[in-house]
Amino acid sequence: MNMNTETATNSSSNSVSSAAGEYLTFVLGAEEYGLEILKVQEIRGYDAVTPIANTPEFIKGVVNLRGKIVPIVDLRIKFNLGKVNYDEFTVVIILNLSGRIVGIVVDGVSDVMALKEDQLREVPSLVTSIDTKYIVGLATVEQQMLILVDIERLMSSQEMELMDAVVH
Amino acid sequence: MTVDMSQFYEVFFDEAEELLAEAERLLLGIDMDNPDVEDLNAVFRAAHSIKGGAATFGFMDMAEITHVLENLLDKIRKNEMKLTAEHVDAFLAAKDVLAMELDGHRNASPVDQDQVSDVKMILKSLSEASGTIIAPIAAVVEAPAPVVEAAPAPVAVAAPLPDGITLFNVALPIITEKDLSNLKDELALLGEVTAQQQADGRYVILLQTDSSQDDIVSICSFILDPDDLVITVSAPVAAAVAVNAEPATVAAAPAPVEAANEAKDDGKVKIVEEVGYGLFAEDGKESVEEGYGFFAPFQAHPDAVKTNLVGDDTKLTEANSGVVETLEVNKTVAAAATVEVDKRQHNRRESDKVQANAETTSIRVGVEKVDQLINLVGELVITQAMIEQRVNALDPVQHEALINSVSQLTRNTRDLQESVMSIRMMPMDFVFSRFPRMVRDLAGKLNKKVEFVTKGATTELDKGLIERIVDPLTHLVRNSVDHGIETPDKRRAAGKPEVGVLTLSAAHKGGSIVIEVTDDGGGLNRDRILAKAASNGLPVSENMSDSDVFSLIFAPGFSTAEVVTDVSGRGVGMDVVKRNISAMGGVVEIRSALGFGTTISIALPLTLAILDGMSVSLGKSIYVVPLNLIVETLQPRAEDIKTVTGEGFMVHVRGEYLPIVALHRLFNHPTDITDPTKGVLVLIEADGKKSALFVDRLVGQQQVVIKSLETNFKKISGVSGATIMGDGSVALILDVPAIIQMGQTTNYVTGAMAFSNHNVPTLSNPANA
Repeated sequence: MNMNTETATNSSSNSVSSAAGEYLTFVLGAEEYGLEILKVQEIRGYDAVTPIANTPEFIKGVVNLRGKIVPIVDLRIKFNLGKVNYDEFTVVIILNLSGRIVGIVVDGVSDVMALKEDQLREVPSLVTSIDTKYIVGLATVEQQMLILVDIERLMSSQEMELMDAVVH
Repeated sequence: MTVDMSQFYEVFFDEAEELLAEAERLLLGIDMDNPDVEDLNAVFRAAHSIKGGAATFGFMDMAEITHVLENLLDKIRKNEMKLTAEHVDAFLAAKDVLAMELDGHRNASPVDQDQVSDVKMILKSLSEASGTIIAPIAAVVEAPAPVVEAAPAPVAVAAPLPDGITLFNVALPIITEKDLSNLKDELALLGEVTAQQQADGRYVILLQTDSSQDDIVSICSFILDPDDLVITVSAPVAAAVAVNAEPATVAAAPAPVEAANEAKDDGKVKIVEEVGYGLFAEDGKESVEEGYGFFAPFQAHPDAVKTNLVGDDTKLTEANSGVVETLEVNKTVAAAATVEVDKRQHNRRESDKVQANAETTSIRVGVEKVDQLINLVGELVITQAMIEQRVNALDPVQHEALINSVSQLTRNTRDLQESVMSIRMMPMDFVFSRFPRMVRDLAGKLNKKVEFVTKGATTELDKGLIERIVDPLTHLVRNSVDHGIETPDKRRAAGKPEVGVLTLSAAHKGGSIVIEVTDDGGGLNRDRILAKAASNGLPVSENMSDSDVFSLIFAPGFSTAEVVTDVSGRGVGMDVVKRNISAMGGVVEIRSALGFGTTISIALPLTLAILDGMSVSLGKSIYVVPLNLIVETLQPRAEDIKTVTGEGFMVHVRGEYLPIVALHRLFNHPTDITDPTKGVLVLIEADGKKSALFVDRLVGQQQVVIKSLETNFKKISGVSGATIMGDGSVALILDVPAIIQMGQTTNYVTGAMAFSNHNVPTLSNPANA
């Protein structure tokens, strides 16, 4: 497959073979995204967060997840997608990224899909607010485009400001 | 497939380390003239355990050293050799080599092979230079006991005992025949057993064995209560004297007794035992038969013996009195001796029990398991608080039973939390115990006389802190010995006792533990520190307070020592000490008087896991301020708020002007209260600096479990961690030193901006990350 060029530069554990696999799809604005299901710890509703001083607007703050202090990032704000409101339908995907637990706020969670390699397409060079290096590939499912994100790489990137610079 | 032994290495390393530390502690505490057999045994056991472990895991170098060490120790504990200072030094050196080898295996650190072979040679030569016998002393002292307690067995008297074999008299309470035969069978495993029935129907078992008395006690305790046993040692000399006391051979008596006397006097190599044996060889044969006749009637001949001995010189009579008088059962001296022997044995049993308990009541558990437990209990406390909150909203009349149950739960949870927290607590002794050795060595090296005193070694501190305090304390102690305490000459010249005193103390004060290193040495020289600081280009002035001047020694590269020794004086270290302690949330303070000594005082929080905090509100959020850093809280009057050039808000509190740090501005946090007179000022102090933190309201005081923000997130300036409140929400814990600094460095306190209602642009990032 033509994933090779992309994944070769990909430093995370995702390799060509694992690009195919099961993905959790979620909605941000009008677009549909997918992330590797194995990174997902749980999905829960949006609860009161404790805001943290002097952090970017998309970092909503921290919550108590059964005794763990977990930061919550609103991807809708980060990528300027959709209208940002918090109600009982707002969904938080709790990710476990190599032991670090992070919650992301999305517009909705749709499905879990098994993607085969022949469903995957290469990402064309684009200028977007999400750097294409965080996109593993595009997939077509029932005439709809699915953007597959390398969520671990995205979340540990400097621009997310979720980790101390040295950790990066 | 072979088993991967390396997975067990860590256990061995930990264990060996503990054993070595224990052995060192015992060795340092040993009384050279009158070593406690139990201590020697404990050192021996430690060496033995290490040897076993090392051999199992294939660390042959360690096994070799411990083997030699063990041989030597064995000779000493069996009284075949007298313990001398040389021995103790050699043992300590061996301990060091073992520790070095242990490190070598563990961290692949270099091992000095020369040192290893040196120590091995010393140990070997010591163990070969056998000779000094201390047995006779013990024999003479203990001799009376067997005679009084029970008639010694003539059989045993007759047979010269081989080396290392002791004859024990085990006086039994009244027991059944069956028990007796069982007991005999059991004891037969140890050595040769003879049982004799006394006139009162009780039995006395005579046992020749190379095992220790403790072994006998532990075997007997299967069948009867060890407290009812009276075990006494009949040593060969005692037997010899006793036999010779018989009129027929009495002429020979003085020889061994005098020899024993001499042995007692100078402790040099004596051949008392051989003399005793020699006597047996000559007279023994006849005495064997006659012995039966002599001892069985028991009271038949004492007078004769006495008269025979009276003619001898007084020295002999004195030395012999124990033996002679024991023949007269009623003599008080003998009785006292017996009592003493008994008591000693009783004590020994007691201490055995305590030790056995200590061994069986501790288990080795991984720290992560304990931490997990603490976390879970933390959760439980929070959950319990949530339930309590919900229950309190209920109608107390309708739900009385439920409310009662919940208050019970509250109590139980608190107790549980307290006990779980105490798991992590360790006595300071863990740290203190490594210093006597260091001070001893250092003092020796520097030709100084130092008495090392520890106080409050039982004070408990969180394990995490204990481990981190070791390095700074080591440095401080070393400094005190090297720079603090003067040489004996200087001390004498200054009119002080030659021996300097170095005190290490720990105590609880308020919510923290205070550890102090005090010496009665020369003290810090204020003028010299100032001069040195000036020459180092530090900003100093003559008007600085003493504590400020003394704090200068914490500056990097600062040493006032005239001579750089290999111990200290290079000026590296004090800054590291200060940094390490600050990192633990502690504070260092120096008190000193020139000519009288120095005290370095370290105040540490009790634990890193729990914090006494004051919750304050800001808008809708709650923040926690560590209680120990709060000086006071107040609501200022308008006239107390001052400005400088219309900027920089300050509050006037009891003659002091303190900068006001408004948290809502610092954290860019929306709130309705922007006028300090409407809110609350919390006076906070850290690193000797004070500020007034302006918040909306005080909410309450509570203990909070500290959670790291960095586990899943990152460090946030001005925030040291987070905690979970009773309602399950997250509250941030303020990093007070950082906030004071932020207040100073961010030019934030520009008053007009800070307290007007228009928005300040985002604060520049403070320097302290």
